[in-house]
Amino acid sequence: MDNVAAIGQRPAHEEPHEQPGFLRRYIFSLDHKVIGIQYAVTGLLFLLFGFTLMMIMRYQLAYPMTPVPLVGNLLSPANAAGGVLLPEFYNQLGAMHGTVMIFLGVVPLAIGGFGNYLIPLQIGASDMAFPKLNLMSYWVYVAGGLVMVATFFVPGGSAQSGWTSYPPLSVIASAGQTWWLIGMVLLITSSLLGSINFIVTIVQLRAPGLTWMRLPFLVWAQLGASFLLLLAFPPLEAAGVLQLMDRVAGTSFFLPSGLVVSNRLMTTMTGTAADGLASGGGNPLLWQHLFWFLAHPEVYVLILPAMGIVGEIVANNARRPLWGYRHMVYSVGFLSFMSMVVWAHHMYITGMGTTLAAFFQTTTMIISIPSIVILTSLLMTLWGASIRFTVPMLFALAFMPMFGIGGLTGLPLGLAPSDIHLHDTYYVIGHFHYVVAPGTIFALFAGVYYWFPKVTGRRMNDVLGHVHFWGSFICMNVIFMPMFIQGLGGMNRRLYDGGAMYLHNAELLKWNVVIGIAAWTLGLFQVPFIVNFFTSIRWGRPADRNPWEATTLEWAAPSPPGHGNFDTTPAVYRGPYEYSVPGARRDFSPQSEQEPA
Amino acid sequence: MSNGAAVAHDAHAHHPALAHHFESLDAQKEASVLGMWLFLVTEILFFGGALTAYMIYRTWYPDAFAVASSEIAILPGAINTAVLILSSLTMALAVHAAQTGERGKILVFIAITMVLGAAFLGIKAYEYHEKYVEGHIPGLGLPFRFEEEYYRPAQIFFSIYFVLTGLHALHMIIGLGIMTWMLVLTRKGVITPEYYAPIEISGLYWHFVDIVWIFLFPLLYLIGRHVHHVG
Repeated sequence: MDNVAAIGQRPAHEEPHEQPGFLRRYIFSLDHKVIGIQYAVTGLLFLLFGFTLMMIMRYQLAYPMTPVPLVGNLLSPANAAGGVLLPEFYNQLGAMHGTVMIFLGVVPLAIGGFGNYLIPLQIGASDMAFPKLNLMSYWVYVAGGLVMVATFFVPGGSAQSGWTSYPPLSVIASAGQTWWLIGMVLLITSSLLGSINFIVTIVQLRAPGLTWMRLPFLVWAQLGASFLLLLAFPPLEAAGVLQLMDRVAGTSFFLPSGLVVSNRLMTTMTGTAADGLASGGGNPLLWQHLFWFLAHPEVYVLILPAMGIVGEIVANNARRPLWGYRHMVYSVGFLSFMSMVVWAHHMYITGMGTTLAAFFQTTTMIISIPSIVILTSLLMTLWGASIRFTVPMLFALAFMPMFGIGGLTGLPLGLAPSDIHLHDTYYVIGHFHYVVAPGTIFALFAGVYYWFPKVTGRRMNDVLGHVHFWGSFICMNVIFMPMFIQGLGGMNRRLYDGGAMYLHNAELLKWNVVIGIAAWTLGLFQVPFIVNFFTSIRWGRPADRNPWEATTLEWAAPSPPGHGNFDTTPAVYRGPYEYSVPGARRDFSPQSEQEPA
Repeated sequence: MSNGAAVAHDAHAHHPALAHHFESLDAQKEASVLGMWLFLVTEILFFGGALTAYMIYRTWYPDAFAVASSEIAILPGAINTAVLILSSLTMALAVHAAQTGERGKILVFIAITMVLGAAFLGIKAYEYHEKYVEGHIPGLGLPFRFEEEYYRPAQIFFSIYFVLTGLHALHMIIGLGIMTWMLVLTRKGVITPEYYAPIEISGLYWHFVDIVWIFLFPLLYLIGRHVHHVG
């Protein structure tokens, strides 16, 4: 590799850059670190926003038809009559909670935030391959986010057909759905530009000596997630264009024949213009296929970076190499591939037939294997280790059983016979929230605590961190565990009154109150995090380059790293997790140090 | 080693187009080309999503698709196919001129490529106008005229026709924008035999958009043509 000859020949700061102005430094910066921070902060704000929507909904579910305290009077009468949520507004909150959490919160934080900030640092590059593209993908994301939030203010309110936007309901919905589609096209564009940038950066800009099997696990995970976004998002973009045409141009890609809305026939496949009806003949299932072709890989887009973050933190705090690093890497590859061929397990109830169902059941069972390999490797890393129970480690440790519960409860949903019963019940909500909320979001919190010293040069407060962790951990489980009970009992999701209208739910309604109280308490337990986050930037305990005594390259850069990241282009001499090497002077051997230290 | 010597060496070899985070212009070009290929992968999947819709509806309504397809005049589409293939040739010649550093030739070949691209869009606009006159535009509140037997499914065919050709035309318009930019870069003397990656990746994009049309032409214009003539 002729790059090795060039080690150190070119200092990262080869020429004095003129100091750019405030706008170029903090708002329209081309620096991957600034863009990463922008992504992360925007993502965190959207997480809070999406969570707030849910806290409002949870009041209606816990105490149906009673005015929502605090916010009820702030809502317009069109949304909440006398402080009581109207059904239409409840639907809007539900659809937007999903959209905001996934597309505006978790993905931008996990990929845009952690990916942008950490990938160049972990591979020893001074920036992303295409800085202008990076800047553009952030601002296209912001534009998409603003469009999504603005839909609450268009006549008829925001999208209200669920985050899945199934037609025909979504095609006949109010104007907010049109803007939802436009917002999605922007968000998809942003993700595509971002993932192109990530892949090229990882392929082209690795430091000398950083071979593929020396890459930190997080970089592998981000690479897998980027490929998934790259391959899965464009078909949804196409589907979004088709649905947009159905809504604004009067086509019928997704409108079936004989559609009746409010007792009026809307579409037909016979007759001519004289009957004044729209053409039908479209296929609502086509949307479902194109949607889930994205949305199942999207699940792995959410979980892969989380696994990567947890891997970094577990190895560091267990002071041991990741157990089975190679198998974890192969699992990321296999999992990414398999995630493209499982999508229709979301659609068993459409009557797809046993042959097709058998195929998707089989692939779904197979895809659980690489997930289990990764989770087992993380657990094995802990075996016999002298663990440091730092705040990031607590979140990372909690990720494992939480993701485990989420994953295992998914198996019955992957099998058609049991899914027919469980489909669209609270069991499904419990399942995927265990994966995403105490799973992915805990991993993201772990990442924030872990890399905060690198980003700011200061540590976050441990006491507030513990309060945040234990409060969140307990509340998350009190929220989501009862949902399994409700779902197994047959309580459906997306019901405005929480299911009170159905007799079989009578025994299950009490859990709505428990879940509601836990949800609002969870909200309270985010206050220590917010306080900690902002006060630590200014008053936190100063941190040096490597406060966690870690091995990967980002810890060789200053905290915070300057423009160009490293003092000199780093070279890599070893694997990513050489902790407790026998005979070494310290219990960690950084990748960039030549001799066993 | 001394950093001072490295800086001096660097200052000597530093090409103005070399971004600070790349080792060399070659590495930078490799990154740009890889990036464009990845973008084209997303484009294939994007058109793939729309073509899935085509596939399903053609399977559902084979007769209506054949009859509706044969309502489209072949000649403008065939001319457009030839125009685009020719523009791919001139684009390839522009890339070659960039590699050999003949600035005048780059300008001429890109200009010809743009004229051909504009001609394509002109002919496309003429075709759209014909559809309007014939009453073959579904939706938009326009009167749709078609034989009664296929009145409804023909609308599905024309919907997919307009979505696919419309998205393709949008890509052509963006392509013309990119080519204008390339003209400016070339005129400013940025493009040299050492640094011609912008022309090369623009060429990749242009060829891709041409290839999309090579698929669309038979899928939209030529299906069931023989059925019509026999009938």
